[in-house]
Amino acid sequence: MTSPGLDPEGTRIQLIATSDDVVRARQLVRTLAVGCGLSLVDQTKLVTAASELARNTLSYGGGGTMSALPVERNGRRGVRLSFTDEGPGIPDIDLALRDGWSSGSGMGLGLSGARRLVDEFELRTVVDEGTTVTVVKWSR
Amino acid sequence: MTSRREELAQGWIEVVSSTLARRVSRTELDQELHELYGAILEALRRGGVDAAGEHYAEVRALLNEISRNRARQGFSPAETAIGVFALKRGLEPLLDEGSAEDVAAYLALARLTDDLGMFTVDAYAATREQIISAQAEELLELSTPVVKLWDGIIGVPLVGTLDSARTQVVMEKLLQALVDTGSAHAIIDITGVPAVDTEVAQHLLKTVVAARLMGAECIVSGIRPQIAQTIVALGIEFGDIVTKATLADALRHALRRSPGALGGAGSAA
Repeated sequence: MTSPGLDPEGTRIQLIATSDDVVRARQLVRTLAVGCGLSLVDQTKLVTAASELARNTLSYGGGGTMSALPVERNGRRGVRLSFTDEGPGIPDIDLALRDGWSSGSGMGLGLSGARRLVDEFELRTVVDEGTTVTVVKWSR
Repeated sequence: MTSRREELAQGWIEVVSSTLARRVSRTELDQELHELYGAILEALRRGGVDAAGEHYAEVRALLNEISRNRARQGFSPAETAIGVFALKRGLEPLLDEGSAEDVAAYLALARLTDDLGMFTVDAYAATREQIISAQAEELLELSTPVVKLWDGIIGVPLVGTLDSARTQVVMEKLLQALVDTGSAHAIIDITGVPAVDTEVAQHLLKTVVAARLMGAECIVSGIRPQIAQTIVALGIEFGDIVTKATLADALRHALRRSPGALGGAGSAA
């Protein structure tokens, strides 16, 4: 765990292929969040964001993986999560990030809400190739 | 194999019963294996050594039955498969005095027992899967009790992950309980739900709306500080649904809203 915080050895990979995997991903994230000393509120926020993103990976990306990694920068510890799928991609990112808009049957708050729940949010998507969402939550 | 039937069958039963010692009665094993032995001989006589072929339908049915019973009785897959593999071991002594023909026959039979052995493991695993899914269903029922808190007030304490299947069970039970008890208030307590994401919220909202259509008011309680902050950040609107921090607050609210529940004393609001 050296700054700026990429240590492939500590990376944990969770396959996301069924709704049970979403639960497993959530449990893995909670374990890491507790280990990195995140407060109860921040743990809950990160776990909830992971839940939203994992479910997006499953229902819109057709399944994929989550890689989770404890990180450290300037003495602050945190958790970095990457959700990757090889699904259809997102044609209109601005629309997808708009509150209340959903291409499916959800509330349309998952992606935009997840962005508000974390400290860093990066969305990379290529139509017909897939989507990767990377988020980081830092301890206070 | 036919000519030395009794001898072989006895040797086979010997090996199997030493493994399953005392967990299956000798007579039961005797009967099971004799039946199986007979069926295998019959299939061999009628045609070939293709375990998936039609001649082996009877053998497969018997093995299926045995594997299922073993799985239910808590035997391990190895203890189940030994029943088939031991047949091979029983034939080994014949090789010493046998001709080249016997060796070839033994090898063909060995392949057959391998196939049948794998079949028993598959059957065993399938039964265990059935048991697990049946237990999951039972757990689903167990984990969603609807309790009567007061005259006209029912409560649903939710614990654990709230997925679509669980929400369906919760909703059905809640709506039925509203009818059965003639209650006007229902309190859904989510103290035991570790995280409320948009899916959980959507399920909750649907349940509340359904209850409302039946003329009942729902209160969602157990909103802890971290849950409240997460819901705000997510941007979920609970609209005019009453939410409370604790079950006690929710019960107090419901009592105030139902004059007469406390014999007229609590009709302040």
